[in-house]
Amino acid sequence: MNGYNFAYLDEQTKRMIRRALLKAVAIPGHQVPFGSREMPLPYGWGTGGIQVTASILGRADVLKVIDQGADDTTNAVSIRRFFARTAGVATTTRTAEASVIQTRHRIPEVPLREDQIIVYQVPQPEPLSKLEPSRAETRRMHALAEYGLMHVKLYEDIARVGAVTISYDYPVMVNGRHLMSPSPIPAFDTPKMDGMAALQLFGAGREKRIYAIPPYTAVRPLDFEDHPFRLTRAPHACALCGAGDSYLDEVVTDDRGGRMFVCSDTDFCAARQPAGAA
Amino acid sequence: MSSDARSSRSPDALLSARGLRLSYGRIAALDGVDAEVFPGEVLAVVGESGSGKTTLLQALSGAISPDAGTVWYRGRDGSVQDVHRMPAPALRALHRSDWGTVHQDPRQSLRMAVSAGGNVGERLMAQGVQHYGGIRAAAIDWLREVEIAADRVDDLPRTFSGGMLQRLQIARTLVTQPRLVFMDEPTGGLDVSVQARLLDLIRGLVARLGVAAVLVTHDIAVARLLAGRIVVMRAGRVVETGLTDQVLDDPQHPYTQLLVSSVLHA
Repeated sequence: MNGYNFAYLDEQTKRMIRRALLKAVAIPGHQVPFGSREMPLPYGWGTGGIQVTASILGRADVLKVIDQGADDTTNAVSIRRFFARTAGVATTTRTAEASVIQTRHRIPEVPLREDQIIVYQVPQPEPLSKLEPSRAETRRMHALAEYGLMHVKLYEDIARVGAVTISYDYPVMVNGRHLMSPSPIPAFDTPKMDGMAALQLFGAGREKRIYAIPPYTAVRPLDFEDHPFRLTRAPHACALCGAGDSYLDEVVTDDRGGRMFVCSDTDFCAARQPAGAA
Repeated sequence: MSSDARSSRSPDALLSARGLRLSYGRIAALDGVDAEVFPGEVLAVVGESGSGKTTLLQALSGAISPDAGTVWYRGRDGSVQDVHRMPAPALRALHRSDWGTVHQDPRQSLRMAVSAGGNVGERLMAQGVQHYGGIRAAAIDWLREVEIAADRVDDLPRTFSGGMLQRLQIARTLVTQPRLVFMDEPTGGLDVSVQARLLDLIRGLVARLGVAAVLVTHDIAVARLLAGRIVVMRAGRVVETGLTDQVLDDPQHPYTQLLVSSVLHA
């Protein structure tokens, strides 16, 4: 596109972001500050993810963008079109064909490979933010690995409701050292992060933080010995493809209580349906 | 100076301070203070407002650094460490395990949005205990210990009375079985009958657990009831020190005499 640098951001900014990314990869789960730029979309729509994607994108890359599992919702369509225009890269909706995947709220059902990179959009990178209001103090807690407070939150959940009630953005321990927010993916997806073959990058635009999980890094959800982390999933099969192990969306179909459960990962679901059915 | 001071340190003291000096501008809050706390004893620091009691407590616990002087702490393994030269992580670890603090206002240390059980269990979780059942059992045990009914374990502190909050704070502090507790006016702001019950409770726990304590108070009666030894401060200086009964029954320094004679007898 005329008048714009490749992938919108100027090269100096990309270099700054790549330096932050290298540091982030070197210290898995550690939040690295970076000079977040104004992007042509509002905060909360993926300004952090889009800057990370812009900095790692090459001309040969194939980009996939996920919004809540889907490839065809506003956020996914506009970000995909943004990079198609400003970088001229190929785009796809197929997980297996993509080399860079920017995502909001989901990890694809199909396991990712070593030659793929997944970029998460992060609204709040600080997992302790709701428990400790001072950022100076949370940084100190990270530095000294003092994470007892997070367990107080889990304790409260079990004491009040009998189980941990965190259903998304479930706090994880990365590489046995840093407590990390996995971004608002469902708790169902957190086990996929553990030992993932693909490089995982996280960008928080408003909060100006970048962090990363290198391939094959241990990622453990926090839990108690006698209340281990367990997966929660709607007890249904997908109404479209019949999958019994995927993460499901509940779709209201009429105003008389009608509803159906379908795969949240649209690409996964479409690939499982017989040709022509969708 | 430091080697001099080191040689005069008592070998069995748990905590010992030599030559503490600290001024806020022109005001000398601490003006050459020595103090010692031995294992299992309660040391009261008394004096009027502005005499440097709380500053002394903060300097002893490492919360503020003095301009001069040293505070040594003897750990469980017998090694002696300079509190103000310790790396920050070590000092914080000490505050989480071997040391405890009881504030005058329990709201300062309690988490008001977290249940009583969570508050008591926090120090255990901070030490890395990750067994929910164990933490909960310990929390209930300690609530009983401070005379709070076990069925209040899931209630929020805001539903507790002032005296209960103070007892909850004590349970939260003692759950890790500290060796040394810093108390700043623990009975301040409570009415007399609640105060008496709390003092009774603290006296019982301290004696049974053998925990040492530094108790800052302006109330001579509290010092007499709880403390074995007493330090009387005035304008940043220690004017008199000794066994509590001895100092209070036969005060030598004019200021101590004034302090003792100004107590009202009902």
